[in-house]
Amino acid sequence: MATLTVSRAPLGGFDFGNCKRNAVLERETNTAGCSLPSARKTGTTICGIVFKDGVVLGADTRATEGMVVADKNCSKIHYISPNIYCCGAGTAADTEMTTQIISSNLELHSLSTGRLPRVATANRMLKQMLFRYQGYIGAALVLGGVDCNGPHLYSIYPHGSTDKLPYVTMGSGSLAAMAVFEDRYKPDLEEEEAKRLVRDAIAAGIFNDLGSGSNIDLCVITKGKVDYIRPHDEANKKGIRTGDYKYKAGTTGVLSKVVTRLDLELVNEAVLTMDTS
Amino acid sequence: MLGGAGPELVTEEVKTGTTIIAVEFNGGVVLGSDSRVSAGDAVVNRVMNKLSPLHDRIYCALSGSAADAQTMAEVVNHQLDVHSIEIGEDPLVCSAATLVKNISYKYKEELMAHLIVAGWDRKDGGQVFATLNGLLTRLPFAIGGSGSFYVYGFVDAEYRKGMSRDECQQFVLNTLSLAMTRDGSSGGVAFLVTIDQHSTEEKIILPKHLPKFFNQ
Repeated sequence: MATLTVSRAPLGGFDFGNCKRNAVLERETNTAGCSLPSARKTGTTICGIVFKDGVVLGADTRATEGMVVADKNCSKIHYISPNIYCCGAGTAADTEMTTQIISSNLELHSLSTGRLPRVATANRMLKQMLFRYQGYIGAALVLGGVDCNGPHLYSIYPHGSTDKLPYVTMGSGSLAAMAVFEDRYKPDLEEEEAKRLVRDAIAAGIFNDLGSGSNIDLCVITKGKVDYIRPHDEANKKGIRTGDYKYKAGTTGVLSKVVTRLDLELVNEAVLTMDTS
Repeated sequence: MLGGAGPELVTEEVKTGTTIIAVEFNGGVVLGSDSRVSAGDAVVNRVMNKLSPLHDRIYCALSGSAADAQTMAEVVNHQLDVHSIEIGEDPLVCSAATLVKNISYKYKEELMAHLIVAGWDRKDGGQVFATLNGLLTRLPFAIGGSGSFYVYGFVDAEYRKGMSRDECQQFVLNTLSLAMTRDGSSGGVAFLVTIDQHSTEEKIILPKHLPKFFNQ
């Protein structure tokens, strides 16, 4: 059989064709004097803690694009499954998409097994995906939830390493938040104490780190119940203006008034209906 | 606000700048490690257990990039499970070491991790294998990680053939204590795993219980 084109078997492995294109684009924009838009990062403070009956996850709500705040109230605690939530630091798009992909796969897995998903499963899926991309997906995550084996908390790094710990912090404000945890963490805290500790840790990040700010979101996960408190604490409320630039009508005197009529002729009137069949 | 780069995220790769050691004695092996994981200048986990099980009587000690080492250990754990079901009995330590070596060698340009494999099997008793850079060699003892460079002299001078189980454990603790003091990337607590025919024993030694030397 004669064919005009020779079909080639699809090559396996990665296709790096776009790398050259990206390098050319970068060069062109630099010679033109402008720069490519930088990825929006959530320079962040996120943390999690295991308490007596479950886990408490906390996050600030500032998203930065370089030195400008792009979003004053973004949501960094993402849904993975009814009993598992995940805070994300790093590149905002990466954390958003990664958690959505794993949430979707985990729901299919849970339907296949017929059981509530386990936190360790979500951890494995996330770390295997991030390792596959060798750190190019900039997602640093705090994964927490309650399953049949009790409460679990994991921290997951962009290159694919994970740590299972009773308290974790991530993001640019992680050192400030970890200082609070190292001082005041005790095993088997009560729910109110745990919420207060997480709130204080995020507050430390917000007030001592330039990349974190605005409000504090909390997510309390216990067996059978999830409390998504957004916002838990409006740490940075906008102040009330004491002065005003509004002037009363008549402040400016009118010297003269000229009215010109525009005579317009109606040429054509047509009504087009949308085809909704 | 001073000029310059804005708030930086910690996106350096997470490393287990480490001290790991494994020693063979008659009838088993002793493995030891510190517990510090760093990302740049910050310590991100001060209690990580770097002695990872590959099978009931075979453990490996992780060093280098945390992600690479963890992934290698998990992959080999899975491969050993399949292998041991296929042969219908417990796998040999050299099988585990060969699986680790195969990954280390094939991906030597991409991965940056060194795993020391040690364990006990029925055929050859206690064995220690080093798999650095894709080689496979059986040794009476092996050390690895950034802290190991500070204690090569100590282990070469102090190792004696035919040490008993307790002497080996003391030797491992002494080495770890010295390395953790001198190496900034090693620290925290010491983890000790002793494997013999009958059991696998895991122990945590707090800093205050580690042996003390000059200036400590």
